[in-house]
Amino acid sequence: MKFIVCVKQVPDTTEVKIDPETNTLIREGVPSILNPFDQFALEEAIKIRQEGDKIVVISMGPPQAKKALLKCLALGADEAILLSDRAFAGADTWATSYTLNQCIKKIGEFNIIFCGLQAIDGDTAQVGPEIAAQLGIPQITYVESVEKVEGKKLTAKVQTDEGYKIVEARLPVLITGITPSSFEPTNPPMMSIMKANKKPFSTWNADDLGGNKDDYGLNGSLTEVIKVYSPPARQQGVVIKEETSEAAVQKLIELLSKDKVI
Amino acid sequence: MGAITIQRKKIEDVDLSKFQDVWIVAEIKDSHIRNVSFELLGKAKELAKELNQKTCVLLLGDNVKRFSEEFTRRGADRIYVAEHEALKEYYTGTYSAVIIGVISKYNPNIVLYPATINGRDIAPRIAANLHLGLTADCTGLSIQDGLLLQTRPAFGGNIMADIICRTSRPQMATVRPNVMEQAAIQNNGDAEIIELSIKVDLQGLKVKTKEVINETAAACGIPVCEADTIVSGGRGVGSKENFKLIEDLANVLNAAVGASRAAVDLGWIPKSQQVGQSGNTVSPRLYIACGISGTIQHLVGMKSSDIIIAINKDPEAAIFQFANYGIVGDLCEILPLLTKALEDKLNEN
Ligand SMILES: Cc1cc2nc3c(=O)[nH]c(=O)nc-3n(C[C@H](O)[C@H](O)[C@H](O)COP(=O)(O)OP(=O)(O)OC[C@H]3O[C@@H](n4cnc5c(N)ncnc54)[C@H](O)[C@@H]3O)c2cc1C
Ligand SMILES: Nc1ncnc2c1ncn2[C@@H]1O[C@H](COP(=O)(O)O)[C@@H](O)[C@H]1O
Repeated sequence: MKFIVCVKQVPDTTEVKIDPETNTLIREGVPSILNPFDQFALEEAIKIRQEGDKIVVISMGPPQAKKALLKCLALGADEAILLSDRAFAGADTWATSYTLNQCIKKIGEFNIIFCGLQAIDGDTAQVGPEIAAQLGIPQITYVESVEKVEGKKLTAKVQTDEGYKIVEARLPVLITGITPSSFEPTNPPMMSIMKANKKPFSTWNADDLGGNKDDYGLNGSLTEVIKVYSPPARQQGVVIKEETSEAAVQKLIELLSKDKVI
Repeated sequence: MGAITIQRKKIEDVDLSKFQDVWIVAEIKDSHIRNVSFELLGKAKELAKELNQKTCVLLLGDNVKRFSEEFTRRGADRIYVAEHEALKEYYTGTYSAVIIGVISKYNPNIVLYPATINGRDIAPRIAANLHLGLTADCTGLSIQDGLLLQTRPAFGGNIMADIICRTSRPQMATVRPNVMEQAAIQNNGDAEIIELSIKVDLQGLKVKTKEVINETAAACGIPVCEADTIVSGGRGVGSKENFKLIEDLANVLNAAVGASRAAVDLGWIPKSQQVGQSGNTVSPRLYIACGISGTIQHLVGMKSSDIIIAINKDPEAAIFQFANYGIVGDLCEILPLLTKALEDKLNEN
């Protein structure tokens, strides 16, 4: 079988700092990482892989995104494709999924496409379902684990509002994965990193993908970001430090009543 | 690398005027309307008024016509009912096919979906099928120069972005639960009800649900994603037994019980109640964090809550930087006292 995993290199938003003077984002020094949700998706693909199966990772991004793809190869993917072209810049989720789809069509046959639930920079969770819709294949979102793949069927454990459900889908299918609570992104060992450099790696641009030039990047985007700004700073709160717990609770109740929270 | 300048394509000859009205796609859960639907309606009414258009509700499911009444009372102008027994269970395939058909037929100007698990599953599917722009997880919506101005947090909540959609119609967005005000009951509504005749094909469905496991009901009653008050516990709660302290407080406040990932990992509470980057993003009116340190992965899931109360024995805990009210102290002592005090207070009122 052939698995395609869509991965994105993202700024580590947990390392982002806010300039207290200007209340703006300090982007310098923020490391770029493989989107944690995508790493989970890749690890699920690796988990269910059987002898003879092939895992292709694809990413649309600037040349630096190669690093994220090399990490995927080191983690166990077989082949990587980077989609990089100035024409792809400024893509919204529609244009991103269009671009990834052009690549998927060029790859040809596949059985399962894996995406992360969302990329931690945009948090939109739209690219996966948009790819599935454009390809006309079914989707399962919020997958916590792939339980099994048997014949032409995939069984997955899926998060719901109140717990989970077990879902069965006919292949080909696209799944988007949440990170289950036990998941820690691991770093591959040195040996694997060295081996990764020898695995097949291609870079494709807009000409390689063909398709409609007007559908790429900013041109193909249907939404337009007109302004980016810092959220209003949270008001400084009150921290209660009293001798006794009784006094502290009483103080809190007084404040809550005064501010009409209760 | 030099700055990239990109020329956006020119928009000409697009007749946008045939797209009218502000629609919401209501979410029905088991046999009740989820509150987020009323929040969407409240916002939709505001937008429709500004545009001088109608507020419409799309009701989808099995035996859902009976819910029209509730939306009528809350001031909807028109209700489209797509009722079919094959829509009893939510499936991306069937639901999206129906909505795509309805949108193509009636040409709304704006369509709002709840940013719930189902809403986030279906909205992008519809957007891609109809080649439409879509903005995820909006926390603010308004009209600017006749266009829908969509405001959403990005970058783990560190920045806000204003987004518009000039060329494609309807303009579509998913909206975070608990952010907008619910449409109030006014009792004098008279909505026009339009019953749609729809075809649903379960045969062609390629996805099937085999089993549903409801952990929340057994463990803690209210799902966090729906609650307007949440009491959350972290590693600092200390043990599964101690989680009773969290539940007691939640009971008094009619709140959901939430948790940090650490508490989920320790098996004290099911994963469905986890708040944070890899759990639920919540923005309740009141969030009480007990024994939670406030790591960034937890904060991104709850920091847009209206009021945050933190209880932690470490005065340096990061959570205090985001709390409107904090108590430094041992939660094992504080929680029982707080529960009792709040109970007395609420009885008094
Ligand atoms: C990819 C990824 C995704 C993640 N996703 C999430 C997520 O969705 N949600 C999430 O929560 N975390 C997430 N995490 C984990 C996160 O980084 C933290 O490990 C976790 O949030 C810590 O939980 P905690 O605050 O309960 O525990 P701790 O950080 O251990 O904090 C416990 C707190 O309890 C206090 N305390 C101890 N005893 C008492 C007492 N008796 N009374 C009062 N206070 C007491 C301590 O002072 C301390 O501040 C994620 C991590 C990764 C890498
Ligand atoms: N530029 C990209 N290249 C490859 N995959 C992507 C890209 N952007 C998004 N994805 C995939 O789509 C998922 C959802 O992304 P988003 O809709 O941006 O939150 C991610 O977790 C990735 O699997």
